[in-house]
Amino acid sequence: MSTLLATAVGVLYATAIYLILRRSIVKLVIGLVLLSNAANLLIFTSSGLTRYAPPLIPEGADMVLNGVVADPLAQALILTAIVIGFGVLAFAVVLIHRAYEVVKADDMDQMKDTDT
Amino acid sequence: MNSAVALQTTLPILIPLISGALSLVLWRSRQLQRGISVLGTGALMIASVWLLLSVYADGIQVMYAGNWPAPFGIVLVADLLSSIMVLLTGITGLATAVYSLATISKTHEHYGYYPLMHLLLAGVNGAFLTGDIFNLYVWFEVMLVASFALLILGGERAQMEGAIKYVTLNLVSSAIFLSAIGLLYGLTGTLNMADLAVKLADHQDNPMVQVIAMLFLMAFGIKAGAFPLFFWLPASYHTPRVAVSSLFAGLLTKVGVYALFRVFTLIFPLGDSLTRDLLLGMAGATMLVGVLGAAAQFEFRRILSFHIISQIGYMLMGLALYTPLAIIGGVFYIIHHIIVKSNLFLISGLVYRLQGSYDLKQLGGVWRSHPMIGVLFLIPALSLAGLPPLSGFFGKFIVIKAGVEAQQWWLVGVALLVGLLTLYSMTKIWAEVFWKALPEGAAAPAQQRGGTSLMVITIVALSTMTVLIGVAAEPVYRLAEHTASQLLDSQAYIQSVMGVN
Repeated sequence: MSTLLATAVGVLYATAIYLILRRSIVKLVIGLVLLSNAANLLIFTSSGLTRYAPPLIPEGADMVLNGVVADPLAQALILTAIVIGFGVLAFAVVLIHRAYEVVKADDMDQMKDTDT
Repeated sequence: MNSAVALQTTLPILIPLISGALSLVLWRSRQLQRGISVLGTGALMIASVWLLLSVYADGIQVMYAGNWPAPFGIVLVADLLSSIMVLLTGITGLATAVYSLATISKTHEHYGYYPLMHLLLAGVNGAFLTGDIFNLYVWFEVMLVASFALLILGGERAQMEGAIKYVTLNLVSSAIFLSAIGLLYGLTGTLNMADLAVKLADHQDNPMVQVIAMLFLMAFGIKAGAFPLFFWLPASYHTPRVAVSSLFAGLLTKVGVYALFRVFTLIFPLGDSLTRDLLLGMAGATMLVGVLGAAAQFEFRRILSFHIISQIGYMLMGLALYTPLAIIGGVFYIIHHIIVKSNLFLISGLVYRLQGSYDLKQLGGVWRSHPMIGVLFLIPALSLAGLPPLSGFFGKFIVIKAGVEAQQWWLVGVALLVGLLTLYSMTKIWAEVFWKALPEGAAAPAQQRGGTSLMVITIVALSTMTVLIGVAAEPVYRLAEHTASQLLDSQAYIQSVMGVN
């Protein structure tokens, strides 16, 4: 399972970087979406996968978890990162829309005025 | 947990958050928002002085959020470096707030300039104070979102173009940072920086540690604007309102530098590692490329933007040499740089107010019409170039002396050359803006508005600080010395965080 996920993470990163390097700003933003998802999946994979063992204390038991259980902290991290990523990407989408309206082009090569 | 400590460490974050929330509530009233921005940043500065004084007197202050013991909950840790950075944030914040009163147009104020400014300050202070690596990521994002919105406030074409590059590269940096956190958590199972330092000591030979250190270097290198990751900075910093540029120039890249200092002294101590050699190379290249980029420019704020990059190189040099003296130099340089750089941007705004342009070819004759502004420009400009007795001289002197002691001759050579080129660059601005006669058909001054005296007061205050840091370099040096010894003694940091609760 980890091998599969690791491969998926790798493919996601590669695709994201490829898209970010494209000239179209729409593809650029799609690349950023994939990049943040790749990072989230990486946290999930690297913190260890434990199946069928939710970190719940059975009713009536001691207040201590016994045995191997899934790590809830990694999922909390990912949830936080997803929320932040969602907000930032919503901003990025609005930004490229505004940029398209102002520059009248979907092409990074047309946006070099501030570079020289 | 002592309630005074809890208050001290949280106030620098709470004050701007509360001021920001109040400004949002009073969305319709410009006057009240303006009042809150000055009062809020003023209170922030007082709170940060209080924090620095108590950290100086009593050592590292730790606040355990929700009273969870150390590696389990989130901690706020104020050591000397953090509290110095928080104080500098307070100073820059107050200066920008006062300056904004005179320069930010009604439209910008209506679109939420003040709430965003407070949010930015909260994010910056949060990043300085947190002792948890994932929390650091969260504060980075708070700061970034606020800076994105401030950057495009106004919606001009140049702003959009600059913002796309700024947003993209900063999001890439955040993704790298997040990936590094994920791998680090997978390796050690902890996020608390002090605990990480302890746990990683057992993983010295694991090649994964080196990989993670490189990822952090990349992520913070982009934020700090280090070579070869700086391209977003000169493409965007000259596009927003000048008060925003000044706030960004003073604080945002320095958050990246702070993170580098923190991570590479505490979590991955540099020692004689590959990372150190790489950082040395980056420092040299950053200095040189920044100053050469500035030499080619003829736009006031773009010149200054490139100089931010070259100055970042000196701070990185201080970190990369990794001797006590070098770290002292790096810290001294940060203190000097934030004040000088914000000030120079504010002065470019004042010149714009007078003559309606940022283009050096369109400007001229300011020395004849306003000699006082010439003097006010010379103080930070010569300080930036490193002329005694101003603050920049001591910053450069300490860093270069450390370089000589470490026998990094080529780096010392680069640092000296860059100082000379900085002087050339500042002379260029001086000759074009202040000395030469105003060219025929120059741009008309922007529509006259009141409040120029507020701008001048801010600039005078910051210039005075530059002179004071230069004249009274001894106490500032002592402060930097304490800071450096605290940074290099990671055991003390670890004990303060993990020790007792």
